[in-house]
Amino acid sequence: MAFLNDDIRKQITEVFAPMKKNVNIALFVKESGCDSCEDTQGYLEEMAELSDKISLSVYDFDVDVEKASELNIEMTPSLVLLDENNNDLGIKFNGIPAGHEINSFISSILEVSGVGEEFPQELVERIQKIDKPVNIKVFITLSCPHCSGAVSKAHKLALMNPNINAEMIEANTFGELSEKFNVSGVPKIVFNEGADLLGDQPLEEFLNTIESL
Amino acid sequence: MSLDFSLSFNTEEKSNRLDPSIIYDTIIIGGGPAGLNAALYATRKGMNVGIIANRIGGQVLDTSSVENYLGFNSLAGEELMQKFEKHVKEYEVAMTSDVLVKSIENDYIKKINASNGKIYQTKSIIIATGSKPRMLNVPGEKEYMGKGVAYCAICDAPLFAGKDVIITGGGNSAVEAAIDIAKIANEVKLVHRSEFRADKVLLDKLYSLENVEIHLQTQIQEIHGEMLMTHITALDKKENKEIAIKADGLFVEIGYLPKSEIFEGLVEMNEKKEIIVNNKAETSTKGIYASGDVTDVPYKQIIISAADGAKAALSANDYVNKLK
Ligand SMILES: Cc1cc2nc3c(=O)[nH]c(=O)nc-3n(C[C@H](O)[C@H](O)[C@H](O)COP(=O)(O)OP(=O)(O)OC[C@H]3O[C@@H](n4cnc5c(N)ncnc54)[C@H](O)[C@@H]3O)c2cc1C
Repeated sequence: MAFLNDDIRKQITEVFAPMKKNVNIALFVKESGCDSCEDTQGYLEEMAELSDKISLSVYDFDVDVEKASELNIEMTPSLVLLDENNNDLGIKFNGIPAGHEINSFISSILEVSGVGEEFPQELVERIQKIDKPVNIKVFITLSCPHCSGAVSKAHKLALMNPNINAEMIEANTFGELSEKFNVSGVPKIVFNEGADLLGDQPLEEFLNTIESL
Repeated sequence: MSLDFSLSFNTEEKSNRLDPSIIYDTIIIGGGPAGLNAALYATRKGMNVGIIANRIGGQVLDTSSVENYLGFNSLAGEELMQKFEKHVKEYEVAMTSDVLVKSIENDYIKKINASNGKIYQTKSIIIATGSKPRMLNVPGEKEYMGKGVAYCAICDAPLFAGKDVIITGGGNSAVEAAIDIAKIANEVKLVHRSEFRADKVLLDKLYSLENVEIHLQTQIQEIHGEMLMTHITALDKKENKEIAIKADGLFVEIGYLPKSEIFEGLVEMNEKKEIIVNNKAETSTKGIYASGDVTDVPYKQIIISAADGAKAALSANDYVNKLK
């Protein structure tokens, strides 16, 4: 089954054209008990075809246990974006980044490949000063138009500071986890499994919350 | 699972950002129907135009389908806005998105302070910041916001699949939300304090649904729960008694409030904090225009906002021409 139609393929190919560095996607799937694994893999294979700078490695969560633990994979489907040297940058998507999340997925790929957006100096300094470990979970639904903005910001923070890691969590696929974090509105942004923000907040709000942890 | 792809990414945006060293003829604050149509008219008049918007597309992006924009029988809100944006991008319009305007210094050359730390300069300003959802203002609402209480039906509806949901409101947005959510929820209860004012075509659809129960003349008084909301209490005004309705979620669709806080003191507003404009979209301050949901023009609709955006652009053009 083709996930992307010709029109979308063409558009994405253009968006990927300026990519500078290679980006490696590590996808973790499971043989059974994972409804969306097959679709996710098919979708990522199609995306990876759209640029020769993107490569995809598919791992079996139950078999490639070491790799999964190295990249802190806890559920399936789950994927991380690695840089050209296969370094983990703390950028993860749990659940298929389709629907509106195609936008955060593309944006994070571009960021990793070195064609990201530049921030003003003060913000960069504030981000680089963060010296404690921070985990950001962004719960989303695929039909939410502004959730991808929150995911992109979280990923960008992770990219700019190695103390930060950030993950998208598709709330329908991971219902139990969403219930654990009382997600009934998206995007819900949870910091270190405690403090949270609701809605696609400006970057300043992310930083205020992180600094208050 | 939704595999529909909603690609809103585009390559041009990064190359044509607003430049703080340029003095624009007009800067439009807001990228909804009002802002985008203002940009189209202004650029076609030959003005040097910039748009600053938090989210290009505005509220319409959160609308599942639009059926009353002339020329389009029915299309997704997002699709309509992509058409608007594409049309504007046929011209030289500088756009900076994902940025909030923080404040404005009004002078001969007006300065716009933005959340990215930059200051943009312009001869005239068109305010098109739209509106945001109105809250019920009842006890429990803030406490259970994001814990059952929601304001964006298309965003949060998937979280209530198979659950019981209350929608409150009597206008088109509320009825549309009820119709959408009824497709996936177990049971939907529409609770509204007076009578419906939604379009008849929508009401006919609503009445045909089996899992929707309607409570008119019923005013929500409090939202209750533990970790998450569990029920509401409301006053049934016909029977004059208090009732409790169990639900996992409450979608509030009771209208909108203007996003005008940052313009307080800069332009005159009415008691609803809507910016007062005359029939040329002029505000009380020279060189500053406003259009769309943020103004005191009645009937908040896409076509009305867009049309008023055109007026604001034409007025701003007259003003800037006279400065020369
Ligand atoms: C669920 C729903 C369904 C609807 N259905 C319909 C319908 O079917 N038909 C119809 O005609 N109308 C409908 N409407 C109403 C319609 O969406 C609005 O009337 C219209 O969007 C108003 O346009 P606008 O340009 O004034 O403002 P908005 O669309 O609200 O756009 C405001 C813009 O300003 C930006 N902004 C705000 N503050 C700032 C700031 N400080 N700095 C920078 N940028 C800022 C925003 O990011 C956005 O780009 C619906 C509304 C909703 C919410």
